[in-house]
Amino acid sequence: MCAVSASHDVVLVGGGGAGLRAAIAVAETNPRLSIAVVSKVYPMRSHTVSAEGGAAGAIRPDDSLDEHAYDTISGGDWLSDQDAVEAFVKEAPQELLRLERWGCPWSREPDGRIAVRPFGGMKKMRTWFAADKTGFHMLHTLFQTSLKYASVTRYDEWFVTKLLVDDGRVQGVVAIELMSGRIEAITARAVILCTGGCGRVFPFTTNANIKNGDGMALAYRAGAPLKDMEFVQYHPTGLPFTGILITEASRSEGGYLINKDGYRYLQDYGLGKPEAQPVFRSMELGPRDRLSQAFVKEVEKGRTIETPYGPVVHLDLRHLGEKIINTKLPFVRELCLKYQNIDPVKELIPVRPVAHYMMGGVHTDIDGATPLAGLYAAGEAACVSINGANRLGSNSLPELLVFGARAGRLAAEYASTRKDDPGPKLLAQAKDEERRLQALLGGNGGRERIATLREEMHKTMEESAGIYRSGDSLRQAVEAIGTLKERFAGVAIEDHSRTFNTERVAALELSFMLDVAEAIVSSAQRREESRGAHQRTDFPRRDDDRFLAHSLAYRSSDDSCRIEYLPVTITRWPPGERVYGR
Amino acid sequence: MPDRITLEVARYRPENESAISFQQYEVPCHKEWVVLDGLNYVKDQLDGTLTYRWSCRMGVCGSCGMNVNGEPKLTCATFLADYSPGPVRVEPMTNFPVIRDLVVEIGDFMRKLTEVKPWIVRKEEKPLSEGEYRQTPQELDEYKQFSMCINCLLCYAACPVYGLEPDFIGPAAIALAQRYNLDGRDEGASERLEILSQHEGIWGCTFVGECTKVCPKDVDPAGAIQRYKLSASLASLKRLLMPWSVP
Repeated sequence: MCAVSASHDVVLVGGGGAGLRAAIAVAETNPRLSIAVVSKVYPMRSHTVSAEGGAAGAIRPDDSLDEHAYDTISGGDWLSDQDAVEAFVKEAPQELLRLERWGCPWSREPDGRIAVRPFGGMKKMRTWFAADKTGFHMLHTLFQTSLKYASVTRYDEWFVTKLLVDDGRVQGVVAIELMSGRIEAITARAVILCTGGCGRVFPFTTNANIKNGDGMALAYRAGAPLKDMEFVQYHPTGLPFTGILITEASRSEGGYLINKDGYRYLQDYGLGKPEAQPVFRSMELGPRDRLSQAFVKEVEKGRTIETPYGPVVHLDLRHLGEKIINTKLPFVRELCLKYQNIDPVKELIPVRPVAHYMMGGVHTDIDGATPLAGLYAAGEAACVSINGANRLGSNSLPELLVFGARAGRLAAEYASTRKDDPGPKLLAQAKDEERRLQALLGGNGGRERIATLREEMHKTMEESAGIYRSGDSLRQAVEAIGTLKERFAGVAIEDHSRTFNTERVAALELSFMLDVAEAIVSSAQRREESRGAHQRTDFPRRDDDRFLAHSLAYRSSDDSCRIEYLPVTITRWPPGERVYGR
Repeated sequence: MPDRITLEVARYRPENESAISFQQYEVPCHKEWVVLDGLNYVKDQLDGTLTYRWSCRMGVCGSCGMNVNGEPKLTCATFLADYSPGPVRVEPMTNFPVIRDLVVEIGDFMRKLTEVKPWIVRKEEKPLSEGEYRQTPQELDEYKQFSMCINCLLCYAACPVYGLEPDFIGPAAIALAQRYNLDGRDEGASERLEILSQHEGIWGCTFVGECTKVCPKDVDPAGAIQRYKLSASLASLKRLLMPWSVP
């Protein structure tokens, strides 16, 4: 019998920035609630740690909340929900300030005030930063601060495999403790998914190995819809081979993007004229979707540089000088030296677009609630949506704070009102899940290798759901992912040990990724327009008549993906043209 | 440079074995490949049972610390070609109990980290509406270095004192305590000093500086320990000479 390891009021799945912020919010909303943070890695290993450039929040006297909102909405090609954006820009500076109270080492002006830097698609300087390790410092600040709350119990290196749903309510999770292999039910009055993105469905990504869309798949399987999954952000500047991110801050500090002729090619793509100094919302400070699309056009024109790891352009930081690079971009220099054997003080950095961020995710309202009672989501795993069809750089870190806190507060209120105990149905579900997980260890005679299935998924996603897509390739991709899901039933697991079995985890992650990949290609196939990061070669224009709407991907009873639409909330900024560089 | 290299990997499966054994795998040795790429090649192509931790592959999450040819290293930042022609010996970090293969148990560090109160301690906090606490770049520099710790625990693997005296609170935890002690926004230094003083281990640190040598982020935990020792002796002196002055 699957043991009930523990019962908590609120269970957080994921211990990154959103999860920890939510946990603290629960603890502060109601100190009597018992909180569990269940994470497949130690929380300080979470992928928030890799965020570099900064966190946006308007604080300067020449800035305003409305300007931050407008930049976000136009950057998202009018697919953002404007009520959510208004709440976001208002609460972002408060949240960033709260992090300052908790010790975050924000970079400072000489007089000791918070320093801000420009960022892509932003009209004003409003991006707070901790050199170029902003995510690292935010995560460690949140983690270390969370240690003082006695009501938070951590389940470090526990991998959640299923949400327990009874009576239309999410009431807990089933998880494997990696060290022992124990499978247990952890019941809860509310569950918050904060598992981050799913970059690993693509072969070339900035995302860590742990980014497999776990929470998205958990919600999808439990019946909650995934929203706007067709919108995948390619960051324009990743190192070839590793996909290591070179932060946008390198451009906001003044770096140039040049092609093989040394030409600042962005001027050919409606992004303004090249100036020596960075100009807001222009050239290298344009939005990520437009920059990544310009790269593809340069490849087509034969103006990129060939390398063994695909075509690249160059990021030129040399004119910034060693002092600026060392103080503002030390991690960029460290990464280039350590991983590319290049010194950006003297040399050009080879870069190419790399899958980076999911605008889509578990459908939530403005308070982080999903349509499924008792289930909440925040951070990259969720889609509120403030990011619309294209997220602006430095909006994701404040997003995880603002909506992590909102989800935590609401889940705490909900959990405080429920007093019922989990019923026998729930335990029966947990037992079924335990049987399924045990069977994976038994050696089912399957012949399909995890690595092979994963590679085929990668190939399908890169070919069909990249920077430019077409109806034909997406149709084939939906079929191909369906076939991979069938083949997954015959997955082979060589490792029969219960102790720290990473092969079983990899198989379960692959199956999560296949569900998420299916939602991505299905949503992309149905959206017959081009908007933000979703560019269809067969439908090159934005179509507000048909598609000023969020896609919602539901899992059907036959395990296929059903798409519905939800209108976008427009408050004060009617859809208009996205104008950059003028 | 040969295009293949042999990894000699420590294996330990607690369900079947009572001791560590070594297994050899031949992997490609591309110039861009790090030790972790070699392990991933083994896992994907040769032996799905090989067990290790990894995540970011960019030297910041702190998951993939192992001993490579006897030295504690982040395997994502350690190039195979630097060990050519091989073989390369990959072992779990020393000074930790081994869970399986290359995975070690770090619960001891996690408990010690919590013990040193790595958070801002203040008697009173000004409301958010009054804006940030001012902190000049020079004041930031006071503690910044110690805030760069990624908790990879290479310093514990390298520390001869921790190896002999498991009670020693250890380099990273002390560096993180100092990170808060030296932050102008914090008022918790005396509380932390109380806690740290209870651990005899610290006086065993003979400033061999192995922790600082292996630190992949230049945190200089040895420097933190020396500073701490100094303030701890001053405080105990004070307590001895002027007991009324110690809060």
